[in-house]
Amino acid sequence: MMELHRFPGGIHPDEQKAQSAARPIHAAFVPKKLVVPLRQHIGQPAKPVVQVGEHVLKGQMIAEADGYVSVAIHAPSSGTVTDIGLAAVPHPSGLPDLCITIATDGKDEWMARTPVDWRNTDPAALRGHVRDMGIVGLGGAVFPSSIKLDPAGNPPIHTLVLNGGECEPWITCDDRLMRECAEDILEGARIMQHLLGASRVIAGIEDNKPEAIAAMRAAAQKLGLAVEVAAMPTIYPGGGGKQITKTLTGLDTPSGGRTTDVGVQVFNMGTSYALARAILHGEPLISRIVTVTGHVLRPQNYEVLIGTPMRELLLRAGERDGTTGIIMGGPMMGFDVPNPDVPVVKSTNCVLAKSAELFPPKPRELPCIRCTQCVPVCPAELQPQQLYWFARAKDLGKAQEYHLFDCIECGCCSYVCPSHIPLVDYYRFAKSEIWAREKEKRLADTARDRHEFRLFRQEREKKEKAERLAAKAQTKKAEAPVLSTPEQDAKQKLIQEALARAQAKKAAVSPKNVDNLSPVKQAEIAEIEARRAKIRAIAKQPVEPEQP
Amino acid sequence: MTASAHILQKGSVTRVMLLVLACLLPGVLAYVWQFGWGIVINLAWASILALALEALALRLRSYPLKPFLADGSAVVTAWLLALSLPPLAPWWLTLVGMLFAIGVAKHLYGGLGQNIFNPAMIGFAVLIISFPAQMTQWAAPLSLAAQPLTFGESLGFIFGGGLPPGLGLDAVVSATPLDTLRTGLLQQHTLHEIQAASHVFGSVGGVGGEWVAAAYLAGGLILWALRIVPWQVPAAFLAGIWLTAGFLHWADAGRYAAPWFQIATPSAMLGAFFIATDPVTGATTPRGRLIFGLGAGFLTVIIRAFGGYPDGVAFAILLMNLCVPLIDAYTQPPVFGAAKKK
Ligand code: SF4
Ligand code: SF4
Repeated sequence: MMELHRFPGGIHPDEQKAQSAARPIHAAFVPKKLVVPLRQHIGQPAKPVVQVGEHVLKGQMIAEADGYVSVAIHAPSSGTVTDIGLAAVPHPSGLPDLCITIATDGKDEWMARTPVDWRNTDPAALRGHVRDMGIVGLGGAVFPSSIKLDPAGNPPIHTLVLNGGECEPWITCDDRLMRECAEDILEGARIMQHLLGASRVIAGIEDNKPEAIAAMRAAAQKLGLAVEVAAMPTIYPGGGGKQITKTLTGLDTPSGGRTTDVGVQVFNMGTSYALARAILHGEPLISRIVTVTGHVLRPQNYEVLIGTPMRELLLRAGERDGTTGIIMGGPMMGFDVPNPDVPVVKSTNCVLAKSAELFPPKPRELPCIRCTQCVPVCPAELQPQQLYWFARAKDLGKAQEYHLFDCIECGCCSYVCPSHIPLVDYYRFAKSEIWAREKEKRLADTARDRHEFRLFRQEREKKEKAERLAAKAQTKKAEAPVLSTPEQDAKQKLIQEALARAQAKKAAVSPKNVDNLSPVKQAEIAEIEARRAKIRAIAKQPVEPEQP
Repeated sequence: MTASAHILQKGSVTRVMLLVLACLLPGVLAYVWQFGWGIVINLAWASILALALEALALRLRSYPLKPFLADGSAVVTAWLLALSLPPLAPWWLTLVGMLFAIGVAKHLYGGLGQNIFNPAMIGFAVLIISFPAQMTQWAAPLSLAAQPLTFGESLGFIFGGGLPPGLGLDAVVSATPLDTLRTGLLQQHTLHEIQAASHVFGSVGGVGGEWVAAAYLAGGLILWALRIVPWQVPAAFLAGIWLTAGFLHWADAGRYAAPWFQIATPSAMLGAFFIATDPVTGATTPRGRLIFGLGAGFLTVIIRAFGGYPDGVAFAILLMNLCVPLIDAYTQPPVFGAAKKK
């Protein structure tokens, strides 16, 4: 037995997993219509490479990766592209997004699939292939795997963690996948280990999934892989990247950092499986396992083609009267989808049908009484109640000082709060507000730099004119050369100095948390801005006097 | 639409407040046993006032009545104030105290969760400054009273000021042990002389009062076991009293009461477990709570020993309330992974 460590905070909500875990994964079916969003990952949305009216085969690339932080999108089944345009998507903002709609032909006809000999492929090319196969993190973050598989960082990755935490209540898709496809998962892990150069592979699985643990152990033995399979205590959010890293390795990810800063890379079980399918079988990521549960007759896991409307899943699992809505994801971090016609996307691990009994309306929000019940449950060891005050007071500087950006939005604080405050909404609001201000400031900075440069240029032009005149006068006098080289050098130096000054000024006024944003974060910012208006509306509501 | 958890743990502000009231019950029972019916009447009267004033304040601020009346915080304030007042306090004393507690200390500061000062202690402070005479007319312990008042007689005294024929005021009220000490010391008696000359001193604390203090301690421990109050505040508060009183007693045993006596007062135990632990007006960090408790205990003894009032718990807690933002700001614990940050 390997030694396990306890991460701080966490809660034990009702598991609710038995309902859906008992039945095997239902094979994929082909709906009449598939709506495939171009933005199913963090980063740049994919660029369409098909046209309306074009016939596509199953697995054919229909949109290509646009830049480094992006992945390709593929047709989940064969059929005809009927539309490329805005459609409803599952996103917390509730806003529509660009999608490719395919009318399926029912033949489900594959394009040619070519496995890759990964051992003899250049790593960079292999990562490019991973990107072109549309592989993203299926645990919920949907981060392009091609980037996470690049070990170029410092320090080197010593440990690859396979995340089988699945700590959210209700969700069992990874549980079932591990029970049924453990070997494929481990084949994927083998490729990951190869790319990362990790010396150690640990599969962390919460101990409420004994069958999955057994299946993974058996598969590791059968394949002769040195994978340590650890049974972790069941604590939400034990499947968080930093949390599972702590549990399995004892390493504390630095505040504001990632697990790679301590040499650990974490992948979800489903991602590993998808990678194995892509590399060893030539199948791009066009389907995933989705838990359909909650207020349905037959809770079960389904293999679902990306783009399948959620309504189809409800129908198959037995829709019931009194369904009050759908949560995509779990009850802790999931969100309400705007309507049941939104498609399943790469981040859809669960379609949770709500009813008034299962998810009663929340009691009225009361003011914070500073009881600090939220403090001991916070896995980031923050002071949620302080962050809440700062977010409410829009004291964004203070919120950052109190490490707002270490908040993983796990919702543990909201869960225990006796005043029923939707704390995470406030944190999201504050984060998006900070990003928005940062962007405004960047724009203003650019404008100021431009202005300064213009002043400088005007001055320079004036001077040059004067010089020219003087030179002309001189030429007339002595026919001397117009401009000497030292003068030009001096001018060049002046320009350079002015630019450096402007740069230094800009760097000096940049606040800490946001100054060195990765392209990923910037993409996130853009995305979060869309949600801003909405969240702001929510943040304004609570505890205002009720209008009679 | 919300991004916060869709499920909630069972629990509410109302539940927290009800548990606080429940844990006060042992103290109330001991009070009735040792001092008679007066306290029950005052508790009921204060609770009615609290709800009425809370409703009025909510209406004036156009807040919905139901969720805020049901939170129970006003009743907790009422009980804490009533338990701090003399058990036979006249009705108007409680009224004035509650007016300041609910009207000023709570709602002028923005209502539940927004107040800086403990409302009950503000009510108490206003009363002891404005009506020192009434505030020191403590009900005599039953074991020392010439003739205990019946429930009806207590009611008549509290609301009408009248006593049964043949009973003088001296027969039903007496000074508290702390007050007796204070007066004696002002008359240049030594501690020893004062304790020998008065009946109000019991085996550790005051007659009757020491039992009430013990019952508060029991209720407080339950509250701690239920994780409603953190251990840091009561422990530090009592330690603050003990250390400060111990030092003074060691320096001059003739003038300064022994630490055990100081701790065995009802006000100290009530303060330690039920008042200083008020989450709204207390510190929120573990280290901050230790500082808050120690400071309040220290100030309690200092005010008792050198201040102009017989008891110092209320002022000590109010002074520490004032320091909370500072304490919190300087005692922030490190966040996850902070130590490793390069
Ligand atoms: S749990 Fe809720 S009421 Fe208690 S301190 Fe945290 S935010 Fe405030
Ligand atoms: S949502 Fe953020 S503040 Fe709340 S418990 Fe999770 S990490 Fe802590």
